[in-house]
Amino acid sequence: MESFFTRFKNVLVLVAVLLAQTIGLAVQVRRPVDPTTPDGSSVTLIRYWVVSTVTPFERFFHGLGYNLRHGWSNYIDLRHTRQQNHDLQEQIARLRLEQAAFAEDAIQGHRLQALLDFQQHYVSSTVAAQVIGTSGNDLSRVLYIDKGSKDGLKPDQAVITPDGIIGKLRDVFPHTSQVLLINDQTSGAGVLLANSRLRAILRGSTTGQILINNLTPDSRIKPGEQVLTSGGDQVYPRGLPVGTIESIAPDPEHQPYTLIQLRPAANLNQLEEVLVITGTQPTLPHEAQHDLAVGATTAEAAAKQLADQQAADAAARSAAQIVADRLPSLHDPDHPEATAPNPATPGAPAVPPIRVVVKPLPTVHPDRYTPGTTPPAADLKPGAADRNNPTSTTNPPPYTTTQPSTNPRPAPEKPQPQTDSTHPQNPQP
Amino acid sequence: MATRSYTSRRELEQHSFPPAVAILVPLGAILLQALLPKPFPRLAILDLPLIITVFFAVSRRNPVAGTLTGAAIGLLQDALTSQPIGVNGMAKSVIGYIAASIGIQIDVENLTTRVFINFGFFLLNSFLIFLINRRLLGNAGFHLLWIHELLRAAINTVVALPIFFLLDNTKRSE
Repeated sequence: MESFFTRFKNVLVLVAVLLAQTIGLAVQVRRPVDPTTPDGSSVTLIRYWVVSTVTPFERFFHGLGYNLRHGWSNYIDLRHTRQQNHDLQEQIARLRLEQAAFAEDAIQGHRLQALLDFQQHYVSSTVAAQVIGTSGNDLSRVLYIDKGSKDGLKPDQAVITPDGIIGKLRDVFPHTSQVLLINDQTSGAGVLLANSRLRAILRGSTTGQILINNLTPDSRIKPGEQVLTSGGDQVYPRGLPVGTIESIAPDPEHQPYTLIQLRPAANLNQLEEVLVITGTQPTLPHEAQHDLAVGATTAEAAAKQLADQQAADAAARSAAQIVADRLPSLHDPDHPEATAPNPATPGAPAVPPIRVVVKPLPTVHPDRYTPGTTPPAADLKPGAADRNNPTSTTNPPPYTTTQPSTNPRPAPEKPQPQTDSTHPQNPQP
Repeated sequence: MATRSYTSRRELEQHSFPPAVAILVPLGAILLQALLPKPFPRLAILDLPLIITVFFAVSRRNPVAGTLTGAAIGLLQDALTSQPIGVNGMAKSVIGYIAASIGIQIDVENLTTRVFINFGFFLLNSFLIFLINRRLLGNAGFHLLWIHELLRAAINTVVALPIFFLLDNTKRSE
């Protein structure tokens, strides 16, 4: 017996080690009773020991690199800071206008949500954390951050960046937490396609791609469509950006479903700082409410300014129109485009001006001097002055005024020369 | 001066390492493996713990020591991932055992031999992990891109050679 163990010592050790690990795996794959703890207590303890051993070094090297980069970028490399500041100021101004444009819609949306008793969850509190390490294994896409349960973090809390979601907390230790990225093969999230409003389930893969494979072919789904969180998974609040659809192809393994590949909104390979969502609330946070009020005020002011501007433009245009009506014009009403100034294109070929035959404007109030009102000389009879010139007494004077009637006495009319052939003009000496 | 008599080639070429090297080198490999992919994401393709496992196994030429070293390094590696603890542990236990067994039979100081054993062990590691996930854990969705695994084996072989030469200096003949 002793010789057996001595002879097969190596193989027996190997078998014993493999057997022990197989039993360990079998224990782990049993689902834990508490869904908030992904591992059993003993496994969590082993992970805790290893993480506690490794993370101090990770913190040290991360701090070293951070301080070096911080010192360089904040104290030495300041070449384009003024230009960046100027660009950011312009961006803030543009974003304020956009905020004002959206504020009215947002207020209306909140009013409708209140009417419908719609339960919305807004991010109310976050904890900023820095990424200090990885799992070191490309089959397990996991990050380690420098905040833990002492900072109020709990398992299954969503981890985001300003660009979009990146994952959720898996294991939380006192001063460190493990973040399971959304492209890990064990990850999942409820998502909503922004344009087609289709709900789907997102999954990671062993190759690090983000996939949706529970949708049947639909012509409404197009590459480039934005994908948002749906809030149905109770982890990620509704409406956070996830990514955009990169490709759509039939799923060869699960027909008739399609395989939709996403490009993540956040760069999952270069993460430095992340936000852990530690709380949500049904109403907007105070800061967001304040921003919304500021946006609404800005929108009102902008609308008022626009209305004033339009009124001033209209007044100026009407005055200009009145003056233009009173002045002789070269505009041909039949061909307005022929005489309109051409603000055109400097490079366009020169067009020769069109000659316009100037015609007199139609008479508003015809009198005896109006062309065409005098009968031909053949019809006139000597001695019939009143009858020959019927407009001399019935027509109003040709002088019309647009002046306000502040002057009760009109200016004395000058005697008008007679054009009638019966009253010949005085011969010039 | 005391003289030693060697009875076999195995005993002649068995090496040991100072305890500091035997402990700190695997820990350093695991730490580097966790740190490097953060600033350089493409370096996640490396598997420094496996390189160290193979080196210690073929140098010691002791299957028991190779098995235990592989198991310890693999379990530590698993503890940092989201996978069940034991996947890498089992794969590296097997590789440690086989590497040590091969080290008894052939000359592992030769450069060509090192290239072949490293390349072969990296492919074997991928196959074992695939097998454990698909068969033992019942993870039907687990896939490996074998072109990627060939590339990984080639890259790791290139990285392993200078590391082997570096660690050769820490050997202590028994």
